Amino acid sequence: MESVKHSASNTLEVLGVGVEVDGRALLQGVNFVLKPGEVVSVLGPNGAGKSTLMKVISGERKPTRGQVLLNGRTDWPLNHQALMLGVLPQSSSLSFPFTAEEVVLLGRIPCSSDHEENRAIVRAALEKVDGLHLKERRYTTLSGGERQRVHMARVLAQIWDECVHGQRYLLLDEPTSALDPAHQQLTLKMARQEADQGMGVMVIMHDLNLAARYSDRIVILKNGQMAAEGSPHQVLTPHIIRQVFDIDVSVSNHPAYDCPLVVNH
Amino acid sequence: MLLVVLACLLPVVMVISIGVGAVPIPASEILTILFDRLGFGSGVINDQSALIIESIRLPRTLLGLIVGGSLAVAGASMQGLFRNPLADPSIIGVASGAALGAGIAIVLGGVLFAGMPSLLQSYSVSILAFAGGVITTWLVYKMGTGNNGTSVATMLLAGVAINALAGAGMGMLNYIADETMLRNLTFWQMGSLGGATWELVLICASLLVPVVLFLGRYGLVLNALLLGESEARHLGIDVQKVKLQLIFLTALAVGVSVSVSGIIGFVGLVVPHLIRLAVGPDHRILLPASAMLGGMLLLAADMVSRTIVAPAELPIGIVTALMGAPFFLSLLWQQRKRIA
Repeated sequence: MESVKHSASNTLEVLGVGVEVDGRALLQGVNFVLKPGEVVSVLGPNGAGKSTLMKVISGERKPTRGQVLLNGRTDWPLNHQALMLGVLPQSSSLSFPFTAEEVVLLGRIPCSSDHEENRAIVRAALEKVDGLHLKERRYTTLSGGERQRVHMARVLAQIWDECVHGQRYLLLDEPTSALDPAHQQLTLKMARQEADQGMGVMVIMHDLNLAARYSDRIVILKNGQMAAEGSPHQVLTPHIIRQVFDIDVSVSNHPAYDCPLVVNH
Repeated sequence: MLLVVLACLLPVVMVISIGVGAVPIPASEILTILFDRLGFGSGVINDQSALIIESIRLPRTLLGLIVGGSLAVAGASMQGLFRNPLADPSIIGVASGAALGAGIAIVLGGVLFAGMPSLLQSYSVSILAFAGGVITTWLVYKMGTGNNGTSVATMLLAGVAINALAGAGMGMLNYIADETMLRNLTFWQMGSLGGATWELVLICASLLVPVVLFLGRYGLVLNALLLGESEARHLGIDVQKVKLQLIFLTALAVGVSVSVSGIIGFVGLVVPHLIRLAVGPDHRILLPASAMLGGMLLLAADMVSRTIVAPAELPIGIVTALMGAPFFLSLLWQQRKRIA
């Protein structure tokens, strides 16, 4: 456990993580650090191991090699981890007719606040995802994008409070996949705000330009290995994109923001 | 709100259940007798009514209440765990295993329990039914559990297979049984509260009341499980541990219930549904409300079963199936419409 001593304890650290299933490597030697205050995007083609990485970080899956240190520890009790790590999965199997408000309230299960406080937080969380008008609606009657936003609010409500055990992190697995362009922007803006207020945010996504615009750093996975890591300017180059995604693109500077703009050929 | 309504209805249904039967007893007389026995006596007591209440109606009513409540809570828990509103306790094999155990006791009990103490002999059906239920549940659980924890989908398939196997065992027993045994087998499989004695009520109450209270504490956990297992884990819940506990408690609840009253279907399926239709899927209300409504519905079914063909009794399983099956079909009908 050498690495435990050397690591700064207020980060989410992925150290030499490898996952093997039946002799096939899903992940190999993945190393990166997510610091509070930054947004890190994970990009990569289908099957690159993005979701597997997410599962390893959230503790759902044990890595075959390496480890993940959440604020310096690998062995948090589940109920403490839940206060520091919010995880938004790609899709949910919920098929019971809770109201949207009740779904968001489920996020408060690990927290020890009283009912009034919880309701106020649920309200504020729904407001953040532009979902307050969905409050009384039955979850089962919501559209895919609305459901995704309700779950986003649930995860926000879960790690709403400052946590005595350490910094908080938000893991988002394709949070924009079912959203219209306006809500894609809104969701990532919100993730950016959370990071600016001190959370560490990791986002898996496919849209290179959204990643360029909102991330501090980008990690690119291919075949379970890290193909590139760095700032959007460093990583989103025609050469790397060609290597990883097998498409030809031109990259210029975004006319309005300081970030690269990727245009498909 | 619903809980208050149910809690108020419960004593009313109990008094009606005590009053209904071959000798009808008016409610006022029942209350006088019950209060007298509790030590607040004032009125004049009819000794015959008192005897009927004490030795027959009251234990039967209490047993119905406990068994009905346990089956309904077990059903609600399984529907939550399997995230499937059409699940019921038989999904984990407990009912068919219990039936096989009871069948073995009825058909082979004379041989198996020869020379054993008479207490053991008189409860041989209950004991083997309980053992059968727990063993099959354990098998189904083991089949569904691999390196990555327990898969409820695999358990579902294993349950189907084990149910079929137990069914084949029952068929064998039917084949070798003589006429009396056959009749006993058939009646046991249709369920009855007729065997209620104070002894059984006490055994059941001491096992089932704690189990139901324990299950009642899983409201939040079951709510979280409805999101999915990994989501529940992200919310800080030890899903594997909770799964094992829920399956164990359900097997206990159903195993004990079935062992004293035979197979009583549909209570575990229908009751949680009715509650969900009324107040939504929140298990913190669903579990206690199911316990009360389950008890009441089983008492209602029992009243029908002992009056409709009086002085004989219609097995209660027939009554609950007659009430439950059309309801189940209407559910399927609605689901079909929603999918289409």
